[in-house]
Amino acid sequence: MTVESTMENQYAALSPIFGRLSLESLPLHEPILVATFAAVALGSIALVGALTYFRLWGYLWKEWFTTVDHKRIGIMYMILGLVMLLRGFADAVMMRLQQAMAFNGSEGYLTAHHYDQVFTAHGVIMIFFVAMPFVTGLMNYVVPLQIGARDVSFPYLNNFSFWMTTAGAVLVMFSLFIGEFARTGWLAYPPLSNIGYSPDVGVDYYIWALQIAGVGTLLSGVNLVATIVKMRAPGMSMMKMPVFTWTALCTNVLIVAAFPVLTAVMALLSLDRYVGTNFFTNDFGGSPMMYVNLIWIWGHPEVYILILPLFGVFSEVTSTFTGKRLFGYTSMVYATVVITILSYIVWLHHFFTMGSGASVNSFFGITTMVISIPTGAKLFNWLFTMYRGRIRFELPMMWTVAFMLTFVVGGMTGVLLAVPPADFVLHNSLFLIAHFHNVIIGGVLFGLFAAINYWFPKAFGFRLDPFWGKVSFWAWVVGFWLAFMPLYVLGLMGVTRRMRVFDDPSLQIWFVIAAFGAALIAIGIAAMLVQFAVSYLKRDQLRDTTGDPWNGRTLEWSTSSPPPDYNFAFTPVIHDLDAWYDMKSRGYVRPTGGYRPIHMPKNTGTGVILAALSLGCGFGLVWYIWWLAALSFAGVLAVAIGHSFNYKRDFYIPAETVEKTEDERTRLLAAGA
Amino acid sequence: MSYVVCRVAALGARTMNQPALFPARAMRAARSGALIGAVVALGALLGGCNAVVLDPAGDVAKQQANLVVISTVLMLLIIVPVMALTVLFAWRYRQSNKEARYEPEWDHSTQLELLIWAAPLLIIICLGAITWTSTHLLDPYRPVSRVAKDQPVPADARPLEVEVVALDWKWLFIYPEYGIATVNELAAPVDRPINFRITSSSVMNSFYIPALAGQIYAMPGMETKLHAVLNKAGNYEGFSANYSGAGFSGMRFRFHGLDDVGFAAWVAKARAEKDRLDRKAYLELERPSENVPVRRFAAVDADLYDAVVNMCVEPGKMCMSEMMAIDAKGGLGKEGIRNVRQLTYDKHARRGAVLAPQPMMVGAVCAPPQPVKQAAAERPAPTGAPLTGAGLPRPGVIGGPPRASADAVVPRANNS
Repeated sequence: MTVESTMENQYAALSPIFGRLSLESLPLHEPILVATFAAVALGSIALVGALTYFRLWGYLWKEWFTTVDHKRIGIMYMILGLVMLLRGFADAVMMRLQQAMAFNGSEGYLTAHHYDQVFTAHGVIMIFFVAMPFVTGLMNYVVPLQIGARDVSFPYLNNFSFWMTTAGAVLVMFSLFIGEFARTGWLAYPPLSNIGYSPDVGVDYYIWALQIAGVGTLLSGVNLVATIVKMRAPGMSMMKMPVFTWTALCTNVLIVAAFPVLTAVMALLSLDRYVGTNFFTNDFGGSPMMYVNLIWIWGHPEVYILILPLFGVFSEVTSTFTGKRLFGYTSMVYATVVITILSYIVWLHHFFTMGSGASVNSFFGITTMVISIPTGAKLFNWLFTMYRGRIRFELPMMWTVAFMLTFVVGGMTGVLLAVPPADFVLHNSLFLIAHFHNVIIGGVLFGLFAAINYWFPKAFGFRLDPFWGKVSFWAWVVGFWLAFMPLYVLGLMGVTRRMRVFDDPSLQIWFVIAAFGAALIAIGIAAMLVQFAVSYLKRDQLRDTTGDPWNGRTLEWSTSSPPPDYNFAFTPVIHDLDAWYDMKSRGYVRPTGGYRPIHMPKNTGTGVILAALSLGCGFGLVWYIWWLAALSFAGVLAVAIGHSFNYKRDFYIPAETVEKTEDERTRLLAAGA
Repeated sequence: MSYVVCRVAALGARTMNQPALFPARAMRAARSGALIGAVVALGALLGGCNAVVLDPAGDVAKQQANLVVISTVLMLLIIVPVMALTVLFAWRYRQSNKEARYEPEWDHSTQLELLIWAAPLLIIICLGAITWTSTHLLDPYRPVSRVAKDQPVPADARPLEVEVVALDWKWLFIYPEYGIATVNELAAPVDRPINFRITSSSVMNSFYIPALAGQIYAMPGMETKLHAVLNKAGNYEGFSANYSGAGFSGMRFRFHGLDDVGFAAWVAKARAEKDRLDRKAYLELERPSENVPVRRFAAVDADLYDAVVNMCVEPGKMCMSEMMAIDAKGGLGKEGIRNVRQLTYDKHARRGAVLAPQPMMVGAVCAPPQPVKQAAAERPAPTGAPLTGAGLPRPGVIGGPPRASADAVVPRANNS
């Protein structure tokens, strides 16, 4: 049988220079986007102008962009997360507005074409470019300090990882103004995400943003696993590691094991889209369900990748602010490990409703419930750490208590959704949306805010302003409950997710309440930004010269705030869990002499260059600009190989410099005492 | 559930109307009045809402709703004490309370550790047992065994067969027994079991009528099943519960629960229409369209649904059932790879990968293509019989006659 060729080849019109990119790709017909673009452009011009005027480019490049210092990379991750949080939250507000408006025949203010991009971008950004950078940044900053190391195992790789994550984020931001983002939901299920049903650039942006950022995430996972396994201070056996380090270890093991699956499934999807394979197509034996399985084999561990480090944060915070040893350290560690393992055998609970048999569904339902046992044990451990403690309600502790009261509700609804017949009536409903925001905001974000308030003085040498912190706290907590409890109710009223218009007017009041909740959260975010600004202005009043503002228990509090480049002048020797508390209670005297030169890694711009080239490659692939993709990819190879011949990658901090730095600290400590 | 909420709201209203008898308490009463007012407002709001998931009209959904409530109560057994203890400890062990005991070195208690692992474990054991049985009993593939509580399905009952196809972006319902089809409108007689066979033409959707039963995905080239029964006449809502593209929001339909007379009239109404749903009409209908009004077809091609499942409605396309049968016999060999024709999406667009030839489909070998019912190897439908463990005899058979094992004694047919 011959191939008919009556229809034109749709790709015949590809430009050899611009691929499928043309002036029509710019969303000039979307007033919201044009206005946003104008604002972003003006903001960027102002920023670039200010940086140039104050001659900060050289400083930024030398001290920050090319740094291999885990502390600075950690801070840059946090800034990336914060910037992307604003973008992701703007998407959330747009959705809340649309859903509160689109009743009684009103179409709302967003077309399907725009709205469907908004909810997809919201999910992708919040998970990949907000939660992940926050969590990675936190681990990057804290883990080496907690284990008494001077940096991570592979400092250059760390810088490269950060810039790859950023390149992914930049590619997603490009999609806002050049072309469009995916209209598929945040996991891009085929067949909808296949070329047949999503022929535009949206899904390609999605694929390449995730692939580029995924390289960064995976490498940073490898880096932190190696760091924790190999670089602990002498005496710190596994069971003397701080709980945060334990949770970081488990998270990074999960990253190393789960992210390759994401890379593989994205690669298969891109093969389907670019070269016409049939892994996930309807025809030729493709199986869209295989994609659903694979993406959730990554996706479920991902949930624990996000939450585990924050469990660690809550442990540190509770123990510090109750002035007590953590209750049940051993069971805390085992609970973490059990969660790590179990997180791999629950993925099918995301699609009970795709027709698996009752025994399969029961199995995955029950394994899911079993995870609540170690999680419950953890909660009790925090509870009994508070018991007979002396609790100081500083901001980190306030966030922790708010977490405990919020997270249990999310946990409960999660277990409810794990009962397959219950899931059949609640799957994809707003009840589900309420559930996972309940655990991600109530768990991950509250934990991050606890962590930011807790470790900020370590990173910058002054505390965050408590007043604005409390404003932010109450706005966030009340806003969260107001925004998401109505969604539970709506879920029970049978309302499904991702709807753009509604015809039942009795639903509207709940969406209006939820929109008010979102407005309160907006105040919470604004208050947090004000908190940073106010704290910076009042930094002299909020200054901490001791390096240990909270009467901490772990090693990071033993060094100055901010810590010197080399973290510790002498590598500490560990005798007990809560090493710094142990040192303090045994009358540790800080050595003030006998310094030696310290071996340190050297800054390099290779990470920035590689990430920029990857971004070019991704952009070329999205728009079918083959020459750009090929050139950038060749560039990536050439620069990476070239960098491996760079033997000038380390230096010594002379003993005199160390002495000067440490003497300064001695003076400060004496002045403070 | 909404009943309970209404009661609470009514109670709050009554309390608020009581005059403050004691002046000393007036202040406190005013404060609690405000609180109660808030509760009443919330109660009224909740009372006004129709929590269809918790108060459905079909027996299957009702059992699922009960399960939601039971599981929640079971978990509250542990959640409420934890929340109470959190608040209690946070208050009691606050820094300013110097009277509370402070034991900075206390970090272990074997009894407590046992308790904190055992308590959730016990709850999960209970919940796990409930999960196992309910998942099997409420398996959507399992034919319903009862019409309602204590009302088993009569032995002579014939379930209503409905074939459901999710299209971009509307629902097609085919009634093979009556030879009719409708778009975006479904009807069923009350108390008659319904067997749904569900598929999709292009992308994934989820078929969900909250008042009737839980949802199940509608997926292209695959068939899922749902068994349900409606107990109350009424006009209910159904929709797609899985995002499927631009027209997703409008992919809703009404589900009419009717008595037998009403249902017969509804069928007659469809039969009175002129339109006939043959393959050509289906291909026309299948094209993407949004917010589609109700349509009725007086007659339907008998094998249309099976052709949809096997993705061979288009003329000249090989059915999956045929493809699998050929492959099971060793395939068409090398020449087979030339047996392809160009594929179009949405029946008018041709979209393929940029670095590949135009998209293809496998051409039919034998004309006309005959889809085979139940193409994919599917798992056997669970029966309505009581649950048994693996390898265990059914209850009531113990000590009875040995189970017939005809297969074991009959020699296998010689296939060579």
